[in-house]
Amino acid sequence: MQAPETRTARDPLVIAGRAISSRLLVGTGKFTSPEVMAEALDASGAEIVTVALRRVDLDSREPNLLEFIDRERYLLLPNTSGAESAEEAVRLARLARAAGLSDWIKLEVTPDPKWLLPDPVETLRAAEMLVKEGFTVLPYIGADPVLARRLEEAGAATVMPLGSPIGSSRGLKTRDAVAIIVEQAGVPVVVDAGLGAPSHAAEAMELGADAVLINTAIAVARDPVQMARGFRLAVEAGRAGYLAGAAGPRERAEASSPLTGFLGEGG
Amino acid sequence: MIEITVNGKRRTIAAGATLGDLLRALDLDARWVVAELNGEPLEKGRMTSVVLASGDSLELVRAVAGG
Repeated sequence: MQAPETRTARDPLVIAGRAISSRLLVGTGKFTSPEVMAEALDASGAEIVTVALRRVDLDSREPNLLEFIDRERYLLLPNTSGAESAEEAVRLARLARAAGLSDWIKLEVTPDPKWLLPDPVETLRAAEMLVKEGFTVLPYIGADPVLARRLEEAGAATVMPLGSPIGSSRGLKTRDAVAIIVEQAGVPVVVDAGLGAPSHAAEAMELGADAVLINTAIAVARDPVQMARGFRLAVEAGRAGYLAGAAGPRERAEASSPLTGFLGEGG
Repeated sequence: MIEITVNGKRRTIAAGATLGDLLRALDLDARWVVAELNGEPLEKGRMTSVVLASGDSLELVRAVAGG
């Protein structure tokens, strides 16, 4: 028997040359309190956690999120949420880097407020600009295998196709397209949005996704800490299933027990 | 006194005031704040010592919860 650490060490997620200890990435939004968030992050086992950048509200005092995230333990992944164009995304990324948050950036350009679907043209344009400026770019995209290829060619460190719209908890509705992305990709594939239950995460991992990013499903669960643990286990289970290689479905029954040597069988 | 814009709102500050002075006046901890001055991000290390000038446009930003 190997210790779990050993197994993880043999199968690390590697993004831009950095070994990441967990294939579960977690978002920090929508938790009822920063304390609950911190506890859920701990239970998730995640190493990469996302944050957003927003204007300081000069008229009210809010707790500082970063006081609740141990930077020694977690790798901050600032996102460009709120950006509606490539230029806005680049502006946010530059701010995040200047602030010393990270030069890793979760690129999201979502001009449409109803579906929050990523704009492929602006996302590709922003990725090209950011790669040129030396950022490690993790783009959030629709599950489009051609776009995924184009982003990889542009130097993206991962591709992050959505499972279903952000926050919808509808699961891996893009399964077939994600399978093509996984088959083609030379960079890690992180299924990013819409996974609403641990079983959805396990499905994505079994399909061969390299990681998943979960926020809403953990944050709005009745017990976010327990749900974080559920996702951690599901991601590990799905990964093990993928590595093991499933036998695949058969048309007919196939006995698991021997079909000879029954008691009372004739001569 | 000079006038600058902070997060879209006009504000009067003392001539020669630094960003550090402004953050203190706003009761903001510089450790958690990111600043963009006239569209250019300010490096964390030199941020508080930047002297503000009349007409400057300042965006004060910080990390918040997000996915």
